Amino acid sequence: MSHHHHHEQEDSSSTGSTDAYSRRLFMQQGMAFLSMATTVPMFMQRSAEGIMLPVGSLVSSQAGIPEDHTLVVIQLAGGNDGLNTVIPYGDREYYINRPQIGIKEPGKGDSSALTIPGADGFGLHPNLTGLRNLLDEGQAAIIQGVGYPNPNRSHFTSTDIWHTGNHSGQGYGWLGKYFDNTCEGQPSAVSSIAIGNKAPLALHGKTQKAVNFETEELFKWAGGSVNDDLEIPYDEINRKEIMEAHDRDSQLDFLVRTSLDAQVSSERIRSAVSTRPLVSYPNGKLSQQLQLIGSMIRADLPTRVYYASLGGFDTHANQLNGHANLMQQLGDALNTFQKDLAKQGNTKKVLTMVFSEFGRRVKQNGSSGTDHGTAAPMFLIGDNVQNGLIGKHPSLTELDQGDLKFNTDFREVYSAVLGDFMGADPQAILGKKYKKAEVLT
Amino acid sequence: MTLSSVKPLDPKEFDERKAQHLLQRAGFGGTTKQAVALSKLGLEKAVEYIVEYNNITDPEPVLLDAYDKDIIRPRTAAERKVALKARQDKDEETVDKLRKERQRRQREDRKQISEMELWWLQRMVSTPRPLEEKLTLFWHGHFATGYRTIEDSYQMYLQNNFFRKNAMGNFKEDLVRGIIHDPAMIKYLNNHQNRKQAPNENLARELMELFTLGEGEGYDEDDIKEGARCLTGYTVEDHDFTFNSRNHDTGQKRIFGRSGYYDGDDFVDLIFTRPNVAKFIVNKLYRYFVNDLPHGKTADSKKFTISISNLLKRKDWELKPILKTIFLSEHFYDDSNMQAIIKSPVQLIVQATRSLNPPQRRKMVQTLAVSADLMGQRLFAPPSVKGWDGGRTWINTSTMFMRQNTLLYLLTGQRPGSASWEADNNQFNGMALVEGNTRDPKDAITFLLTALLNQDKHDRDRVASLENYMKTQNNTINNETVTGLLTLITAMPEYQLC
Repeated sequence: MSHHHHHEQEDSSSTGSTDAYSRRLFMQQGMAFLSMATTVPMFMQRSAEGIMLPVGSLVSSQAGIPEDHTLVVIQLAGGNDGLNTVIPYGDREYYINRPQIGIKEPGKGDSSALTIPGADGFGLHPNLTGLRNLLDEGQAAIIQGVGYPNPNRSHFTSTDIWHTGNHSGQGYGWLGKYFDNTCEGQPSAVSSIAIGNKAPLALHGKTQKAVNFETEELFKWAGGSVNDDLEIPYDEINRKEIMEAHDRDSQLDFLVRTSLDAQVSSERIRSAVSTRPLVSYPNGKLSQQLQLIGSMIRADLPTRVYYASLGGFDTHANQLNGHANLMQQLGDALNTFQKDLAKQGNTKKVLTMVFSEFGRRVKQNGSSGTDHGTAAPMFLIGDNVQNGLIGKHPSLTELDQGDLKFNTDFREVYSAVLGDFMGADPQAILGKKYKKAEVLT
Repeated sequence: MTLSSVKPLDPKEFDERKAQHLLQRAGFGGTTKQAVALSKLGLEKAVEYIVEYNNITDPEPVLLDAYDKDIIRPRTAAERKVALKARQDKDEETVDKLRKERQRRQREDRKQISEMELWWLQRMVSTPRPLEEKLTLFWHGHFATGYRTIEDSYQMYLQNNFFRKNAMGNFKEDLVRGIIHDPAMIKYLNNHQNRKQAPNENLARELMELFTLGEGEGYDEDDIKEGARCLTGYTVEDHDFTFNSRNHDTGQKRIFGRSGYYDGDDFVDLIFTRPNVAKFIVNKLYRYFVNDLPHGKTADSKKFTISISNLLKRKDWELKPILKTIFLSEHFYDDSNMQAIIKSPVQLIVQATRSLNPPQRRKMVQTLAVSADLMGQRLFAPPSVKGWDGGRTWINTSTMFMRQNTLLYLLTGQRPGSASWEADNNQFNGMALVEGNTRDPKDAITFLLTALLNQDKHDRDRVASLENYMKTQNNTINNETVTGLLTLITAMPEYQLC
């Protein structure tokens, strides 16, 4: 069912098209399937309301962009040291500023940088072999010097800025707004899923709420582990409408339907991740998360955005070893995930975006670590990316309070992803028109 | 005094269920025994007992020296000299030592704010004066200030005690005037950076938009600019408010069409001449205490809040009389307002703990604080100056499971949010909660549904599900099966309401 198509044809006064009819039919069938009386799960009602909205209030979708495009966002939490991720080994300033923690230029023995094909003077952290492999396969865009004006060096505030896409860091998340603004092809309670014990602000919209869980076993009621006999009455309680007449959309009705949503999504997710992955994932927190995400993509959940994160990047002291471990995890996880998608035949429909709330100070500090900084590289992984090193590396001498000046505003990257990959109107979501960074093909 | 639209409830109608409603809304609920005792006092005395909480001795008075106030403190002159010299001399070793010292203090301070978080949560659970804490929580959400931004736990503690001390005081003189002198708020909204030469409008804007008038209600951008000038020089020294006259703009200001040489206190006086103040704060109190109105106002709620707003103005912004009037009113006990508010995470946890009496479990308060955070409410860390949106925003599929599993933890000891379910040995005493209804499962079920959901009639399907569970247990009523019933009742969507 092409819902996008439906919007292009429809005028604002008419809602009685065949599509609306087939949706009603779908809802009836859906309800029969779930063996419910009259309670409509929240996600279905929301989409039914979506139909009633005037067309002008929705972001029009763009022709030619498949509806199953899926974005995977990975946050490197704590502020990843961009200068030790993409190494500007051709610039002696780099070594002057980082006598203890600078990464050696390629070919200078153990732990020297990996080359980046076609990018003289720049290399990758030696442990990013996975990312280097993705470059060789034409699946990685490394965008240099991404940031924003008047950089904020607080983890929390800068994270909020990246998540909302505006400098106040207040308001809804950019991906939450994407869902709020975009009429989806399929109604689903699992439109966005975050792995973690809290849903990130990025996924928080006015109406859009993300599903989040650390492990699928925690995304369910655990009473069954106390006593098996509790499972059946629990299911009855949380899947059935209560018989007592109550107003549609009363508080209780809202709770009953959310609870039903929870049961349905929990089941779908747990069944999706119960299969064995097609490739074997390495150990590590990010790998585990991407393995879960890979299984859900393979199971064809109607999820458009997945969110994962890896912590530990706040490397104020003795950072060499710790950062090297993180780089290894990151590169290997990304590479394995992409292999998994390739075996599934899903590399075309999935784009992975990697960012951190800020980079770090050019000059190392007195503890062989680095303090909070500004601009840093972002990665985009997938079939549709401009492979290679993109954009200009920030100057190591023309600094702003000891920090790099950004060359690409992160919202230019968001605009490209929203517009050219997700088929949405970036301006309606970001509140301002940004030029699209040239990062996708 | 009687107002036509805030008619008091007929005292004869004040039964156990209404007493439990009062306990839940003016506090964090209670046991069936407490509800019975309160109903026996009669309406007037019950409301008096709840509202006049200063008559009840606080067994654990809040002490200002309970926490270290010097973890985060400004550098002394001598320390500043050392730091400056090290920077000038490029003495990396000393610079690094100072940085590490600062980081150590920050870590210690984060530990202290976590301790305060647990202390407050525990206080809500054990206080005999629940309305005091319920109001303190209300003001924390209204004048929302976040630790993350100000990074000074002691200032958060001072602010918390300011809210508690003035919880039911005068909205204008105690609370709003107090908040522009409050160190945590001044720092949170950057008023310490608000100088004559470089005004910062943050506090002036939120003072009107979020604290007193409502967005765009009776002020414009010029009033904000001029209000910010009034507030210049209202700053903080160590943990105290101080007025820095050098940074204060002494010039003439024009606010709401009036001109004068106003300062921040005059600005407060001027705001309280605007027509919207009473309505704004009464609406917010109404959503917190009476009904959170997911679909906007009803005709009844409109009439009621208008009368209460008028009363607040007549009482010169004193809060106690309006709270009493609300808790005595027929409207407050109307069926449409009972079990109509979605419990905040803190309400859910504190109410459950107070009414179910779970055994003290290892690190229980910590576990509950983490749960509340995962459900979207961390004390001392509201998401923004707007506070918590509340109502339906508390609920999504993930928080729904979190809520059910947190109750499961309270009842059985299994920890939510950790991969392994470790039970501890402290057993819950479920039998105490059925109060003698131990012969017939039907009686036990009815009794528990009444106690936990504060309903007078029960849904047949729900009763049937619980009866079927009891059948699988051979209809034996013992601690285990009663606990089972409780885990099911607390997993009902309707348990999320109070």
